Amino acid sequence: MAEVLVLVDHLDGEVKKVTGELLTAARALGEPSAVVVGAPGDAAKLKESLASYGAEKVYVAESEDAANYFVTPKVDVLAALVESKSPAAVLVAAGSEGKEVSGRLAARVGGALLVDAVGVEGSGDDATVTQSVFGGAFVVKAKAAKGLPVISVRPGGLDAEQAQGAAAEETVEVPAVDPAKATRITGREPVVGGDRPELTEASVVVSGGRGVGSAESFEVVEKLADALGAAVGASRAAVDSGYYPAQFQVGQTGKTVSPQLYIALGISGAIQHRAGMQTSKTIVAVNKDAEAPIFEIADYGVVGDLFKVAPQLTEEAAKRKG
Amino acid sequence: MPNIVVLVKQVPDTYSERKLSEGDHTLDRDFADAVLDEINERAIEEALQIKEAHDGEVTVLCVGPDRATDAIRKGLSMGADKAIHVLDDALHGSDLLQTAKVLAAAIRTVEDVDLVIAGNEASDGAGGAVPAVVAELLGYPQLTHAREVTVDGTTVKVTRETEDGLTHLEASLPAVVSVGEKINEPRYPSFKGIMAAKKKPVETVDIADLGVDAGDVGLANAWSTVVEAAPKPPREAGQRVEDDGDGGVKIAEYLVGQKLI
Ligand SMILES: Cc1cc2nc3c(=O)[nH]c(=O)nc-3n(C[C@H](O)[C@H](O)[C@H](O)COP(=O)(O)OP(=O)(O)OC[C@H]3O[C@@H](n4cnc5c(N)ncnc54)[C@H](O)[C@@H]3O)c2cc1C
Ligand SMILES: Nc1ncnc2c1ncn2[C@@H]1O[C@H](COP(=O)(O)O)[C@@H](O)[C@H]1O
Repeated sequence: MAEVLVLVDHLDGEVKKVTGELLTAARALGEPSAVVVGAPGDAAKLKESLASYGAEKVYVAESEDAANYFVTPKVDVLAALVESKSPAAVLVAAGSEGKEVSGRLAARVGGALLVDAVGVEGSGDDATVTQSVFGGAFVVKAKAAKGLPVISVRPGGLDAEQAQGAAAEETVEVPAVDPAKATRITGREPVVGGDRPELTEASVVVSGGRGVGSAESFEVVEKLADALGAAVGASRAAVDSGYYPAQFQVGQTGKTVSPQLYIALGISGAIQHRAGMQTSKTIVAVNKDAEAPIFEIADYGVVGDLFKVAPQLTEEAAKRKG
Repeated sequence: MPNIVVLVKQVPDTYSERKLSEGDHTLDRDFADAVLDEINERAIEEALQIKEAHDGEVTVLCVGPDRATDAIRKGLSMGADKAIHVLDDALHGSDLLQTAKVLAAAIRTVEDVDLVIAGNEASDGAGGAVPAVVAELLGYPQLTHAREVTVDGTTVKVTRETEDGLTHLEASLPAVVSVGEKINEPRYPSFKGIMAAKKKPVETVDIADLGVDAGDVGLANAWSTVVEAAPKPPREAGQRVEDDGDGGVKIAEYLVGQKLI
């Protein structure tokens, strides 16, 4: 069966949830090989979970440079593997960095870039991807016209399924960095999400908008989120007003989320906000304005004051959790 | 004295409905109002701020159809010095890789470029990869998704903000920078700026001028093809109730019914 390369998305010695989704998608096309680019010792920590999603091989590309330079080491390693292994396709997570890695890789190896797939089907290099464009208003199927398909897959776009793989390790070299063309990473401040799930990975998201009124009162949103085991999101108006940090913004220019349940509190539902959340399976909205456009797409809407409704829901949810 | 090229794109206004054309599944540009993408206003603003601090020159570069002139004029009226408009019917339906190739070829025609500044992600395609691919093609370092940019001599430093948090990046010039939404508040063009823009030079070039082969661009030569496209049926509104003091309880009951809690 054709080999399919998967760039492993990992942080602090753990694979991100999307890696399981990528390996699952890769299995649809052929035989998945996980590619770990990172600091020495990273791959050893990831191997077990890679095996549990069906990785037959694990290519280990570890060096200090791989960890301390930005984007290009990943492209360099993947390009070298494309050369030596002639895979049928390459899959990368469609996060901010993955989109950049896949774009550069496609340009370098003469590949066809298929971005932000929410579904992958076909076999080998005859892959067809499903994309959801204009914030979910159109569903598009696309494929490579020529060249190696380089596919970025939207986190949460498809479901991960476990399968046992051999995860046979093979060490590969990280090509030397050319300092004139490369960017050094001089520091990292990862998001401290606390115990909450990551926004794009969460199965429940509770978001607050301008209606929340202040940074302090975002506590109402957070408490409901915690009672539901949810991630917290925010509208751009809430972010711009300084109620909540920018990395939690949902919408066209923020994160695209597609959880099982999305709860919008004090959000009007502007088209740009909807673009980031309207593919959620179930949408619940609380807004005191009965005319708010969010109700046009909500499966269940309550016209009322979020400061009354949300705490009551928090209490009910906590009761049920016991 | 940085010489800065800003990549700007004209996009359908996100407030108007956007659709794909029936025939070839490309963006239906006649359908929606077209505007300079908001993120590109921020890219221009950042370039102008760097110019104001260090001197230099700001060139706006756009690959797009005839009416993209409006977007270019807006950039000039904000304060950019000159513009290059790559206009060629052969470009219709080009994909991200082809567009990046044309942009890179056009940037090569500008002398002594120090910085290329772009938006992090266009609001229509949302590819989020053009700046990275341009960096790849030019062999420049990329410092993308910036929420802060500092230029110091031949070094550029960027604070990158994404879903992964903040990353501090450093590279030497020339480099490609892309900016995120929280970088700055773009200025409004002044009346004087609008008047001055009318006299600023806009160089219109086609792909032959750039040495790009017509066989490398356009829908027929794209690396990827759309095989099918369909509008998604709009979501229907569900139930809506007034809160009579039991709104929270009612939502809980609904969620239990849906097996969501
Ligand atoms: C290029 C571009 C990109 C954009 N990108 C994004 C994006 O990524 N994400 C995004 O969210 N927006 C984005 N926007 C902005 C978008 O157009 C809206 O301005 C924004 O979504 C509004 O946020 P909001 O709903 O919180 O605020 P508002 O529209 O002000 O709505 C607040 C709502 O709260 C309700 N409310 C007030 N008090 C209460 C209360 N006590 N209880 C219940 N309800 C209450 C009000 O009735 C109102 O409906 C973008 C805009 C542009 C032009
Ligand atoms: N046709 C174009 N002309 C000029 N700049 C572009 C064009 N397409 C993309 N860009 C630049 O690349 C950025 C990111 O676009 P994208 O990768 O398509 O999401 C945009 O904000 C622009 O700065």
